[in-house]
Amino acid sequence: MELTDRMSTKILLSTKKIEVIINRLACQLIEKHRDLSNVVLVGLQPRGIFLLDRLVLLLETDYGIDKIVFGKLDITFFRDDFRRFDKTLAASSSEMDVTIEDKSVVIIDDVLFTGRSIRAALTALDTYGRPCDIQLLVLVDRRFSRDLPIQPDYIGVQVDALQGDRVKVEWKAENQQDVVYIEKK
Amino acid sequence: MKKLSVDHLLGIKYLNEDDLHLIFETADHFKEVINRQIKKVPSLRDITIANLFFENSTRTKLSFELAEKRLSADVINFSASQSSISKGETLIDTVNNILAMKVDVVVMRHPTPGAALFLSKNVEACIINAGDGTHEHPSQALLDVYSIREKFGELRGKKIAIVGDILHPRVALSNIFALKKLGAEVRLCAPKSLLPKHIKTLGVTTSTDLMQTLKWCDAANMLRVQNERMDLSYFPSTREYSQLYGLNKKKLESLKKEIIILHPGPINRGVEITSDVADSKNAIILNQVENGVAIRMAIIYLLVAKLNISDT
Repeated sequence: MELTDRMSTKILLSTKKIEVIINRLACQLIEKHRDLSNVVLVGLQPRGIFLLDRLVLLLETDYGIDKIVFGKLDITFFRDDFRRFDKTLAASSSEMDVTIEDKSVVIIDDVLFTGRSIRAALTALDTYGRPCDIQLLVLVDRRFSRDLPIQPDYIGVQVDALQGDRVKVEWKAENQQDVVYIEKK
Repeated sequence: MKKLSVDHLLGIKYLNEDDLHLIFETADHFKEVINRQIKKVPSLRDITIANLFFENSTRTKLSFELAEKRLSADVINFSASQSSISKGETLIDTVNNILAMKVDVVVMRHPTPGAALFLSKNVEACIINAGDGTHEHPSQALLDVYSIREKFGELRGKKIAIVGDILHPRVALSNIFALKKLGAEVRLCAPKSLLPKHIKTLGVTTSTDLMQTLKWCDAANMLRVQNERMDLSYFPSTREYSQLYGLNKKKLESLKKEIIILHPGPINRGVEITSDVADSKNAIILNQVENGVAIRMAIIYLLVAKLNISDT
């Protein structure tokens, strides 16, 4: 079934728009951090790692930045909703063969909603060292929905959605096309 | 995500294959956690765990305690020598007194087979069996099998020998259940006096010939001779046992193939295995100890995940 056929599903970003946005986000990272030599990019499992992979590929191939330091971080054991749902929280693997001591860390995730995942990520990052600063890059910022005082530094697109709506990102790496859509309740 | 099919860990007998895979996959993640510089996660910060050891234990107790602390649980320890058991208190009373202090999980080692099952039916807490007499020692089997899986990737079709004291078999029994559930072939090797009569009904083969067994197997789990449980002499002398059933470098080299050697500890060096084997690259004894913490973190995490906060 095509996404457009789905009842109460609305496409927010097409493949082409996502491509442009990722390009802009890469440029913003370079503007801020130049050759990224003191930066560690940290993609959050399970969905943020697709955006991380795309950014790293773009920075390496189109902008000639080599030796980008990055890791993939799982935050399951640091979440604040353990034992709050029927489902057991499923962990993914962390691949953090990097030190973040005195580095600028950029946390990368697909959708920023309540901010609770980012809070868990901040705690999880503590276990890898003391960075000089931490920034947040997201593809989609769901405005006016934060439970915690957390705001992104790099934003792909801002979206206004109702509390029960679901904003989803699908990636070429898993589903042949990049698309961001909203599922209305 | 999948859940464990059980609310307590009483024995491997009660788990299914999916449970074993779930525990192993979760342990993979915890193994990564315990190799970080800061080895602690906050998942269980609102959980209290009581470790009740009515029987001596060093590594199991330490391993459980470390696993609990790495998950940020509050831990209380209790051992029989300091308890009111000697004053005539029953097991249920002892545990209920501890639970009255708002304990969520009980890890218990007890000399009586079935003690953990009995407790799970009579008290309101999640029970983890850390060894009940000669019955089961599930966390040890899980870490043994996890360590073998780490080496081979897949257990199905692998040939695993369990050598030594099968008559006082909690480690052997739990290992047999776990290995069979995962599709491995199991052969037990021991003097006839240490092989229980109907053990073959568990779907295993037996042998009294160590060399033949070693030639057959991909991995050998060399169990400790449990002198403390032996009310009779099951073999003429320790020297004879070590000559016939002890593993030394010479026997290992004569196999002309690589097998991995496990030992649940504590090792009687020179009895079940000699020092040169225990310290050789074939032995994964220290991997077992490291994996023990990750496996116990996984067990506790998955069981506590079922204690939904809205139900409490």
